[in-house]
This record gives sequence, C-alpha cells and structure tokens, in this order.
Amino acid sequence: MPKASFRPAGDRAIVASFGEAINEELNAAVLGLDRNLEEDSIAGVIETVPTYRSLLVYYDPAKLSFRRLERELAKRSCSLSNAAPRSGRTIEIPVRYGGVYGEDLSDIARYCGLSEAEVIARHSDRDYRIYMLGFLPGFAYLGGMDPSLAMPRLDTPRKAIPAGSVGIGGEQTGIYPLASPGGWRLIGRTPLKPYDPRREPPILYRAGDFVRFRSVDDEEFEDIRASL
Amino acid sequence: MSSGFRVAKAGLQCSAQDSGRIGYQSYGIASSGALDLRSLAIANILVGNPEGEAALETCLAGPELEIEVGNVMAIAGADMEPKLNGEAVPQYAAFAVSPGDILSLGAAVTGCRAYLAFAGGLDLPLVMGSRSTNVKCGLGGLEGRGLRAGDRIGFRSPLAPLDPDPRRRARTEDFSGRVATLRAVAGPQDEFFTQAGIDTFYGAEFCLTERSDRMGCVLEGPVVQAKGKTDIVSDGIPLGAIQIPSQGKPIVMLADRQTTGGYAKIATVIGADIPLLAQRRPGEKVAFKRVSVGEARRDALTEIAQLAELRRHIERGG
Repeated sequence: MPKASFRPAGDRAIVASFGEAINEELNAAVLGLDRNLEEDSIAGVIETVPTYRSLLVYYDPAKLSFRRLERELAKRSCSLSNAAPRSGRTIEIPVRYGGVYGEDLSDIARYCGLSEAEVIARHSDRDYRIYMLGFLPGFAYLGGMDPSLAMPRLDTPRKAIPAGSVGIGGEQTGIYPLASPGGWRLIGRTPLKPYDPRREPPILYRAGDFVRFRSVDDEEFEDIRASL
Repeated sequence: MSSGFRVAKAGLQCSAQDSGRIGYQSYGIASSGALDLRSLAIANILVGNPEGEAALETCLAGPELEIEVGNVMAIAGADMEPKLNGEAVPQYAAFAVSPGDILSLGAAVTGCRAYLAFAGGLDLPLVMGSRSTNVKCGLGGLEGRGLRAGDRIGFRSPLAPLDPDPRRRARTEDFSGRVATLRAVAGPQDEFFTQAGIDTFYGAEFCLTERSDRMGCVLEGPVVQAKGKTDIVSDGIPLGAIQIPSQGKPIVMLADRQTTGGYAKIATVIGADIPLLAQRRPGEKVAFKRVSVGEARRDALTEIAQLAELRRHIERGG
C-alpha cells in the first residue's frame, strides 16, 4: 500500500498525500484513512475532503497542533496500510437514454462507430467507482468508462444543462447534479435528484461508492420522478 | 415568519452569512460563511450573540433597511458611514433600533465588507446546519440568494430595549493601509515553482482585480515563475489556498471556493489574515509574508483570547 506524506495546507488544514496518480490503489488508501477518521475521530478534526490521491483534513488550531495531528495521521495510515481496501455501496442510477434527455446520443454512436443501443449497453454494463466529489455539489468523478465510448467535449459548452443529465466528456462519464453550463455530450438523464439540499444527506452517494446506470423507458422515468 | 426589517435598497452582494457550513465539503459543497470572520465575531459579540451567528454581509456599498421590530444591532468591518434616520451612528458599537427607523449604509470609505449583526440573530432556516448563503448553489440564507429590495427578514429573538451601555463597543479596525501583508504557510505544492518564482511571490506586491468575489481574489502582478505546467491531479482546496494557474497570476481561494481543484498551490494564507484580504478592494494591494505553522497557531490562539476578552469586557462590565 502507498505511504502517506504530510504537508500543511495553511494553519488549519493538513494534506495527507499518497501519490500523484489516478488509480484505485491510491484512492483506496485515501478512503481508508478517511473512513478511519470517521469511525475513530480525533478531537479537533473538523472535516475531511477525500480526493483521487490525497486527504485534506481541516482542524481547529485551538485544539490540535500540526505536529500532533501529523503524528497521529502517520501512525494511523501505517497501521491501515496492510488492511484490505473496503468497497463501498453500489448506487443504481436509472437513466432515460437518448431522445430529448440525451440529445448527443446519436452523435456519440456515429463518432464511436456503434449503434445507439450498443452505446447504452456499454455505458450501463458496469460499476463505476466514485473517486471523489467536487467541482459542484455532488459532482462525482467516476472511473472505469469503456474507452470505446470516449468522445471529446463540445467545442462550445452549453449555457444550461438540466440537473440529472448524464454525459460523456473525453474518457469520463458523469452526472450533472444541478443545472449548470457544461461541455459534456449528453446521453441521457436520471429522474433521481443526485443533489437535494433539503434531504439529509443532500447527496445520494459519496467517494468510495459505486454507481451503476440502468436504462429505463419514459414511463418508468416519469414514475420514479413522481415518486420522489 | 414575522419581519424584523424590510430591505428598501439592497446594497451590493448583500447576503446572510454565519461562520459557515461545516461537514459537507466532501460532497463538493463549499463552506461559505463570512469572508471576514473576525468582523462577524466582533459585531455579534457587541450584541450578545454567539460569534458565528448569521449576520448580513455587504460588499462595497451597504443596504437601506426599514426596521419593523425594535432590536439592538452593531456594524463592524468596512466603514460605510451608517446612518439611522439620517444621523450618523458609530460602527463597532451596539445601538438600539425601533420600528419605523431607517438604517442606511453608503459606499465603503475604507475596507470592503461590512457586517450587520442583530441581537438574537436572523430568522432564516438552517440548511445543512448553517444559515450562510451560497449564491452559486442557490443554498441557504434567504432562498439561496442575495438580498433584494422588498425582502423581509425576521429576528429570531430580538433584544429590546437595551440600556445605552458604553461598554458595548470595540476598538475600530483600520483597513486603510496601502498594502495589506498577508502571512502565508508555504505549500502544499510549492515544489512546482522555481526559486525565482518563489522570490517573486514573497517579494512583490499584487493588486486585486475586479474579478474578485466570494469564491476568490484574482491578483495582478509579476508572473510567478513555475518549473513547468502547474496542473496537478485534483486535490482539496483549503481556505486561503493560493493557486497559480499556468499564466502565473495568483488566485486566493475564499469561502465560496470549489472544494477541489487542479492547480498547484504555492502557499496558503493563514486563517487570521483572511479578514485582511476580505477587506481589500479591487485596485488595492497585498503582499505575502512566509510564516511557519507554529507562528500562525500562536496568532490564532491570541485572536481567540482577544475575542473572549472583548466578550468578558462587554458582559461583566469591566
């Protein structure tokens, strides 16, 4: 397992970095330390932000010094290093592919030399690992898309993409958690609300979980939307 | 919800902010909260509130409020020459307001952001544990947006009347210096920069551009030279992080920042000095001074003690 190095990120946060790459091993180490802090908290730690390859730990300098927190995190990350990485939940995301919800599906099919049905099949046949959340509330950085579905982003981003849109940008796929501008190719939309500030927790998933897309028809899309 | 005041004129970027939304950054949700937490704390202490209670934050120009319920309030931060029914009222001191009073703030004479605290706090819903407004995400505060003319906000538990009490005042802070020196801890990615770049960063003066807001301050100045590209594998962005995108101009990340990002961070402004930056206006200058984490911590502890002393002074009268 990768070894952590520690650096101050100002006087109220410390970053535990496990490397520089995007891969499951580094991310598992990050999430292992994050879950450890969740289960066995350190007094004075305020919150954490797990990312691809590092864990940012915010702390209260009135309760903890950098040196003490660094020592504690180093000790924990060493003892975790032999533990098997734990897997998260798998969250099923129903998607209405194509049509008005995924207006770029036909372009992707043409670009990739596949039928639309094959694009849908390859997009919904696997679990995608959530490496981290960031950029927007609930925006999940997913890993593991079939490379045959890769297509460059739009040259000119759309001004407004509806919440729940599912898209492909380069070699990545993802879900827009709220309406925003964006340049990804849209292949469908989920009736779920990945982000709802009135719900607790407000986001359906977290780093370490897996997402699996499931193709639904108009009727099921409307049923799910109505049931929320 | 009964109304404590009606907004007659909204001012600029006026929004409810408290000490921030804690515990949701791992979901990509910014902490938000007052940019100048020190001024927020002082205004709140003056009216007997917890330091992190929600208050109005206004930027460069203040609002005009029609008071509908009597209460006690205080204003700290930028000097916007507040007037009550046309008569000047002091900042950094509590004063009583009565139904029918008109409180008006003008343009900031010095500083950038003023904080208007009301005893008992603002009657706004807690969203994810905070009343702070995050306009980008349409979250918190009043319907997730800044104030507009015609809005009404209530007081949760107004404190009125208050005896005129000379103790309910604090030393006025001065934000008028030519250059604000911001102390910063090196890293976490200073190895991306050349020694010349690091010398430039700590030696030069930088100017706040108009593209400065609650997400971050974009600075103009000499190019901070990097060894190569400054793109990194995305990681967490702490408050005060100084990102240097590849064109070499620093951006200091503030309360409404993205939680993660992919630019190298040469240094991070210490918590105690974020308020100094929050009070700089576009066109004004900042410089950076390198400090150790240990020095910064001593300063953080001193500030906590000072605020506690202010509260003791006000509440026990000594």
